[in-house]
Amino acid sequence: MKFGRTLLVAIPYTWLLVFFLIPFGIVLKISFSDIALAIPPYTPTLKDGFWQMLSGLDLENYAFIGAGAVFAVFAVLVISVAMFQIVYPRVRRALIPDARYGVFDSAAAALTTLAVALVNVALIVALVSFLFPVLKSFVDIPDFLYFAAYLSSLKIAIISTFLTLLIGYPIAYGMARAAEHWRPTLLMLVILPFWTSFLIRVYAWIGILSTEGYLNQLLLSIGIISEPLAILNTPVAVYIGIVYTYLPFMVLPIYAALEKMDDSLVEAAEDLGCTTLSAFWLVTAPLSKPGVIAGCFLVFIPTLGEFVIPSLLGGSNTVMIGKVLWEEFFNNRDWPVASAVAVILLLILIIPIVLFQRNQEEAEQ
Amino acid sequence: MKNVKLLSGIAAVALVAGMATAEEVRVYNWSDYIDEDLLTQFEEETGIDLIYDVFDSNEVLETKMLSGGSGYDVVVPSSTFLQRQISAGAFQPLDVAQLPNHGNLWGVIQERTDQYDPDGAYSVNYMWGTTGIGYNIGKVTEVLGEDAPFDNWDLVFDPANMEKLAECGVYFLDAPSEMIPAALNYIGEDPDSHDPEVIAKAEDVFAAVRPYIQKFHSSEYINALANGDICVAVGWSGDVFLAQLRAAEAENGHEIDYSIPTQGAQMWFDQMAIPTDAPNPEAAHTFINFILDAQNAAAATNYVWYASGNEAAQEFIDPEILGYPAVYPDEATLANLYTTRPYDARVQRVVTRLWTTIKSGQ
Repeated sequence: MKFGRTLLVAIPYTWLLVFFLIPFGIVLKISFSDIALAIPPYTPTLKDGFWQMLSGLDLENYAFIGAGAVFAVFAVLVISVAMFQIVYPRVRRALIPDARYGVFDSAAAALTTLAVALVNVALIVALVSFLFPVLKSFVDIPDFLYFAAYLSSLKIAIISTFLTLLIGYPIAYGMARAAEHWRPTLLMLVILPFWTSFLIRVYAWIGILSTEGYLNQLLLSIGIISEPLAILNTPVAVYIGIVYTYLPFMVLPIYAALEKMDDSLVEAAEDLGCTTLSAFWLVTAPLSKPGVIAGCFLVFIPTLGEFVIPSLLGGSNTVMIGKVLWEEFFNNRDWPVASAVAVILLLILIIPIVLFQRNQEEAEQ
Repeated sequence: MKNVKLLSGIAAVALVAGMATAEEVRVYNWSDYIDEDLLTQFEEETGIDLIYDVFDSNEVLETKMLSGGSGYDVVVPSSTFLQRQISAGAFQPLDVAQLPNHGNLWGVIQERTDQYDPDGAYSVNYMWGTTGIGYNIGKVTEVLGEDAPFDNWDLVFDPANMEKLAECGVYFLDAPSEMIPAALNYIGEDPDSHDPEVIAKAEDVFAAVRPYIQKFHSSEYINALANGDICVAVGWSGDVFLAQLRAAEAENGHEIDYSIPTQGAQMWFDQMAIPTDAPNPEAAHTFINFILDAQNAAAATNYVWYASGNEAAQEFIDPEILGYPAVYPDEATLANLYTTRPYDARVQRVVTRLWTTIKSGQ
């Protein structure tokens, strides 16, 4: 029996080893190598002998892309999120005494949360926008392209996660509150777009958003605008594409959390004097929190490394780390630097992934 | 440098003839770059199964070559890329004894390709062309008047002209290794300069006209020119002729033409070579020899309108193509054409970075 148990445990670990650790190890090794004109285009390789190879590795590529500065800024961001977790509950408690909940109070609570959330997003965006020139004068990094690309990816990922939540929550709420026999149909409608290729759906947006596209034709014919809007090849198009593509990832976990919820809790709150709004705020919102957090991570993590949407919908002035990685690999033929860029992206993502895991574990308890 | 359609990835034209032979040859060439009847003809004549795949950028080909184990027997990189791949050890020397048609090659072109591949040890020329200006005669005349500088880089690098042309649309190639030399040539610098300080001067040329450039793209300009969406594109000779042909077929009234600017233009060569790890080098030689045949080479040129590096083929090439100076430049123009050498890793990074800056307009 003991053998059976070992085998059972060995399967997932072998999977992890073969499909994650070994590929990652190879990328990590290449990131410590130097570019060379050979097959493969880096040096040293295993052909030189194992120890010979190890001694030829160095951190040069990481210094080149300014890894230290990237981590410094990322640490600042993590701290600011932590601050939000600590400061926000106190602000809320100070503004709204726990004893009374009138219409006014719940409205105030809603506004405060929204305000704090907005301030936080604004703060992060401002930090990202202003820190860049300031840092440039302090730290000597050979090329600020990578740094700027990480920050810009981070900014795009944060803003689009926020927008997706703003749109996704009401949809999930509506679905969970719909009559029981309607829910499978609504769920189907959210999942249905997945049946067509992701690439085709992004291409469809080109048709909608282009200067001669459907959106402009519609707006022109109604008479809302007199000149076609230039949306395609701008950051706006990238946000539209990301929010559209990742919306189901936000809706589904929130829906799952809301659907599990016991309706009698809301009724009880209303019996005890809550208005509909304050009942939502005091009962529904906290109970859906695990779903919201899961949704946010499911959107944030893939958006950070997104390559297809910005390259199809964004103009040449939308710089994201995925695109930089592509150019490094294909145009500069510099596999070592490309690998270093990828390793840092992974390390940056580990923090939200760990947070996500913890949230999942808490939700299960 | 034939870069026609952005086929998502690689469209494979796998022709399976009814031959009961296990022998096969895998060829990797630019998209829309051959008369497809030739492929069937090859299988019928030799009895070798031909697997013909296409790519649309040198970078994609180079990544495959440098990774090794591509499985292809014949590939067609452009000259500068070829040189770099030769020094990386990606190709095997050709066995001229297996190429009876080798003598058909054109000495004038060989002289020029020798700087990339000395004595043609690793490659033979397939086709060659220039990077110049494609334009819509009617639209440009409308905007700039009868005396528009059609055959002058002023058309696209002089902000005064570009400001007006912006109304009808201008595309530039998204190929730094060709656009930056063109800009350097325009301001009288050495187009083949590898000095980062000289290369940086190209930025000012592009910065002045950047607001008027609608898009940087290496294949969309064919259809955009043909449909009349844009009036000027910096592009590759044969591609512009393709646009000309499409506009004529559509009978939409757009007359497209191509010019090699008087200041000079870049000349490039697409070379057939055999990867070091080709599974079937013998069949690869058979294929190259087949293409080197005078009539076959002529058939390819008659189809795609790029100049052939095959002198014997000229007898069979459509006289209209042969006499067209934009395809087969005359002596004076030929003297004005320049070639470039590949950048090393350090300079390549400077060039890629500069190009990103130019494109993003920051």
